[in-house]
Amino acid sequence: MTIKLTHQQRRILAYSIPVLAVFAALLFGAIMLMLLGANPIEGYGEMFIGAFGSGDALVATILKATPLLFVGVGIVIAFRANVINIGAEGQMVLGGLFATMAALYLPEMPSVIMIPTVLIAGVIGGALWGWIPGSLKAYFQVNEILSTIMLNIVAVQLMSYLLRGPLIDPAEIERGTRIPQTERLAESADLPLLFGSDRLHIGPVLAVLCAIAAYYLLWRTPFGFRLRAVGLSEHAARYAGIPVRRTITIALTMSGALAGLAGAVLVFGSESHRMVTDGSTLGFTGGAGFNGIVAALLGGLHPIWTIPASFLFGGLIVGGQALQRAVQVPSALIVALNGLVVVFVVAADRYRVRLLSSDGRDEQITDEGSMPGGDDVTALGSVYDPAPRGTESFDTGDSL
Amino acid sequence: MKKTTIKLVILLAVFALVAAACSSSDDESGDGDFRIAIVAPSASNDLAFTQSIVDAANILKADGLVSEVAITDGTFVVDDAAVAIRDYASEGYDLVIAHGSQYGGSLQEIAPDFPETSFAWGTSAETFGLSNVYSYEAASDQGGRVMGIMAAALSTSGVVGIVGPIEVGDAKLYVDGFKAGVLIQNPAADVPVNYIDSFSDVALASEAATSLIGNGADVLSGTAQMVVGAVGVAKTEGVLWFGTQANQTSLAPEIVVASQVYHWEGILEEMVKNVKDGKLGGELYSITFANDGLVIEYNDGYDLPSDVRQLADDAIELIKSE
Amino acid sequence: MSEVFTIAVLVAVVGSAIRLAVPLLLASLGETYGQRSGVLNLGVDGIMLLGAFSGYYAVLKTGNVWLGLVAAGIVGLILGLASAVIAVTLKAEQGISGIGIYLFGLGMSDLLFQKLVGTPIPIDTFPPLDIPILANIPYIGEMFFQHNLVIYLAFAAIPFSAFIINRTTFGMNIRAAGEYPDAADTLGVSITRVRYATQLIGGMLAGTAGGVLAISLGIFQQNLTNGAGFIAIALVYFGGFRPVGIMLGALLFGFVNALVLELKTLEIIPRDLSNLAAMAPAIITILALAFVARRFRAPSALTKPFTRGQ
Repeated sequence: MTIKLTHQQRRILAYSIPVLAVFAALLFGAIMLMLLGANPIEGYGEMFIGAFGSGDALVATILKATPLLFVGVGIVIAFRANVINIGAEGQMVLGGLFATMAALYLPEMPSVIMIPTVLIAGVIGGALWGWIPGSLKAYFQVNEILSTIMLNIVAVQLMSYLLRGPLIDPAEIERGTRIPQTERLAESADLPLLFGSDRLHIGPVLAVLCAIAAYYLLWRTPFGFRLRAVGLSEHAARYAGIPVRRTITIALTMSGALAGLAGAVLVFGSESHRMVTDGSTLGFTGGAGFNGIVAALLGGLHPIWTIPASFLFGGLIVGGQALQRAVQVPSALIVALNGLVVVFVVAADRYRVRLLSSDGRDEQITDEGSMPGGDDVTALGSVYDPAPRGTESFDTGDSL
Repeated sequence: MKKTTIKLVILLAVFALVAAACSSSDDESGDGDFRIAIVAPSASNDLAFTQSIVDAANILKADGLVSEVAITDGTFVVDDAAVAIRDYASEGYDLVIAHGSQYGGSLQEIAPDFPETSFAWGTSAETFGLSNVYSYEAASDQGGRVMGIMAAALSTSGVVGIVGPIEVGDAKLYVDGFKAGVLIQNPAADVPVNYIDSFSDVALASEAATSLIGNGADVLSGTAQMVVGAVGVAKTEGVLWFGTQANQTSLAPEIVVASQVYHWEGILEEMVKNVKDGKLGGELYSITFANDGLVIEYNDGYDLPSDVRQLADDAIELIKSE
Repeated sequence: MSEVFTIAVLVAVVGSAIRLAVPLLLASLGETYGQRSGVLNLGVDGIMLLGAFSGYYAVLKTGNVWLGLVAAGIVGLILGLASAVIAVTLKAEQGISGIGIYLFGLGMSDLLFQKLVGTPIPIDTFPPLDIPILANIPYIGEMFFQHNLVIYLAFAAIPFSAFIINRTTFGMNIRAAGEYPDAADTLGVSITRVRYATQLIGGMLAGTAGGVLAISLGIFQQNLTNGAGFIAIALVYFGGFRPVGIMLGALLFGFVNALVLELKTLEIIPRDLSNLAAMAPAIITILALAFVARRFRAPSALTKPFTRGQ
């Protein structure tokens, strides 16, 4: 049964697919809520209010979305070079650590210097943690999925070591409680607050700027062109003289740098203005390293669209937590629900892509060319191109 | 395209607002209502840290002292905990318990914003000089010492092993206390301590126990939720176990000798009464043997020699008098 | 320091390494089937967790450890089917859908545990099984032949899988689906069916791995696997997509972990540096791959959904 739809109708339907997917997942969630004795209508109402329903809620959502956006933009850059970066967790940690150490060991300086300094330190930390798997891949053919997973583990242990040892708050040792946290970091490093709010800082603004910068980088600079070329066909890119290995390394480094910035913003924008951990794997980042990947994909691997995607995903997470508090279901349900939403949205995406391609044929999302070349490239072959080449597209400027 | 997105968002918003309107969220506490909220890092059935506070709060609820206990568990991300604490405070809960040492920095910033709300922070011994923050901790080294003495007395090999998570806070306190207790009873004892550097790796904890047993330990102890792995190994190898934070007898009725159980309800009750009387904070609480906050609960199924029991009782008396 | 190098310590560490390696090995093996056929499943940890809970719960209710294993495997199979539908039929972006499955498994297993069980109740574990004669060899016997049936079967799955992948038609189809799906499709191989099969196998093995973990430990807990599923995925690359390589990777990882534990018990590692020692397994794995392992190419069609006519 084929239904003839106008182009406009197809587009509407296409863009509503993710929304419908979310609804479907929430429907499953409603069943689970009822089984747990909670009222789904009330619950979801609270979820929406908790995410978007008040000034405080919006601030919480925006702040939750900020690391997602940073990481997501970094993921977009890496994906566009056909590299999957699962190391954002570790890169965030390193960024946070470097930024914290900068604040602890540098002399007192005015905010105007201090803030950029600590943020740059964070960028360096994350970049380092992205550079390592990048060069391991380029020069030792170590698969980046392996190295990033392993480096995530290393990063968490490093954080525990530093926060329990050299960086620990001297007051903790005095008290004997030895909580793995630093002292309250220099006030001059506090991220400035916006609009007189007592929580909303400039982090989100920075993240949006990064997204815009990434867009320009990818579509308006020669480097971005080379990066995307490598992503679309490594073979062809190499043939065209593009230094593939170097490009891949740089892509991972940049991806790491953004994640590192996310980590730094987490520390200096946090309520407590210190770096603290409980030793758990996701305790510092809150899973933003993984959720950022989801946000990037929900944004169609386009930096600008990652902005609303991060915001909505952040809302989902914050709203979910509000839901938990309101109807008192175990937090575990919220984790499962998040997973369901991701699965449904991603699974339904095929239909969205299909609807967008003008002749209804399946989207040319695979790169047929990328092939054996003798080097161990575990590349993410299917670059997610939101608009088919040669047809109307919304990510302007892409005439490749 | 922008138009359609906006339309969709509006549609979503309408749905949600309707749902919100249907939801009967009642923020007002009635007279005589006393509502507690707990924010904790691990699962409420972890048979360890979080479970202890949840159980205590529920006892208060069963006794009618509090009308409602709201729980947000599994919140190991500090920023999320901060949001939860703020939210409970703004929803009018009378006492918000931040049950995690790592939450302190955030609480310091949040508490001043809610002068009408009482906050409790554990485990810690610091109230930041704020008049609406209580702090509480467990003198877990006390029970550690008592059980260490028993362990040394029961051990025939002279090797007593300890499995720990990360060397921080309450875990460190307990482990140090336990080791000290063993050495009091048997200065020549060997007390290897194995911190596995994780609060959640159960498999590693079990192998740590195996390693300790392989090095001669015939009595073990440990702390934190992943220690259930160690208990399992102790059970298989027939090695004795001393537990802490919760009563761990059910995990291995054949070999668990005793557990130091955290009974927070005593100090919690005091806090609640204080808050009802208008005093919202500024005090440091500690559960100890002296105030019955710490209790050694013995496994009735294990035949403990009476002389060992006597050692423990004497030690407890000694500690109480200190 | 000389205490470290006694035979007794070595025996203990190897034994421990084997026990730690088994869940990794099984899950990684399952992922290998999938990746060889061109599908990347990042949700392994979630499947392991649900398998672990199912196995735990089945043993709790029936008292039979073998039923528990079967239950774990079946749950894994079902989740493998779901993965297959998502990745193969719906052609979803594989990396992300996997993360969704992970989150779902993590939350669901915890939720079910809290609601169906509550306070943790211990369960029976696998009965030990010494291999006759071999178990009596001094030292070697204790290291390798005094485990239980499950461990032996897990290691037997390695050559078995190598045989299947390398010497059967099914295995050839798997490799074809991963390397040159277009050509294979032309020759009549149903890529869809092959990938479904590998996802089912992968899911079953991941679920079983989780079940083995829970039943071996005799307990369940929130996030029992503690990220083991991700390590299992990493090991696929370490092992060069080959069962034997994966086995070696799992053993290496387990060995370093076990060694570090032993060194901590012997108090050779100072407590302050304990975290640094905990990094050892991860770092050594990377170094081993960089300097020691042979480089194997990934299947060319890995993560690319297959559509005829593309």
